[in-house]
Amino acid sequence: MRERLPAVLAGLLFGAGLLISGMADPQRVLGFLRIGAGWDPSLAFVMGGALAVTVPGFALLRRRRRPLLAETFASPPTAPVDRRLIVGAALFGLGWGWAGYCPGPALVGFGLGHWTAIVFVPAMFAGGWIAARRLS
Amino acid sequence: MTEQWAWSLAGGVMIGTAALLLYALSGRIAGISGIGFGLLTGATDRAWRLWFLGGLIGGAWVAALSTGLAATPPPVSTALGLSMAGAGLLVGIGTRVGNGCTSGHGVCGLARLSRRSLAATITFMALGMLTASAIQRLAGV
Repeated sequence: MRERLPAVLAGLLFGAGLLISGMADPQRVLGFLRIGAGWDPSLAFVMGGALAVTVPGFALLRRRRRPLLAETFASPPTAPVDRRLIVGAALFGLGWGWAGYCPGPALVGFGLGHWTAIVFVPAMFAGGWIAARRLS
Repeated sequence: MTEQWAWSLAGGVMIGTAALLLYALSGRIAGISGIGFGLLTGATDRAWRLWFLGGLIGGAWVAALSTGLAATPPPVSTALGLSMAGAGLLVGIGTRVGNGCTSGHGVCGLARLSRRSLAATITFMALGMLTASAIQRLAGV
């Protein structure tokens, strides 16, 4: 309960946010990523709106020793920027700019039964699985 | 469509609030690729991941039904299907190798002031824009 309730609440809000923001529509995403004539900058407000909450929010939480319902805060890698990080991010950007789906919106599209996401999501998990095997 | 930016801003605020909620309550990073790939590794903490992803889809359903904002997918075609499979593979490999996607690096990592997330976000934004713009030029769409 201590784990599942925050997870489902955050998931619900995240999924609803993705849908109303327009991120779950690959055509809108491609319209944002295609710089030039007819560029649609509106999706910049998605990351802008999200960061307007997370930047001050995470800063306030830095003063706390532990989260409200768990023992410790997650500590992602603090290593310097390395080639693996940049190669991974570049491959991700290539796929994102090709199809217009990143992982969250793809899962939303999958859940809504959009055929494009039903093809994309299993391929994405296959890619993650292959990469994990090669990395280990 | 002048109100599109307002929906995008509202959606962004909801995404940010969701990420902050998960971190404040559970101490976890709301990175979708990381949460999803954790299901593949045989980790023992599958339950919260499934509840989060179930919520993600449920929340999108509720939002789609209450606002009518869900997109209509394009007509089925072999070419688009192959594109989706190829791009999905790249997104899966890239987010696994690079430890994160738009949410983990972009929304949470930047707020954590992580240099790695800043470098990753700049890289995938640049490659995303280059790729989408190049395909548009080449295909003339």
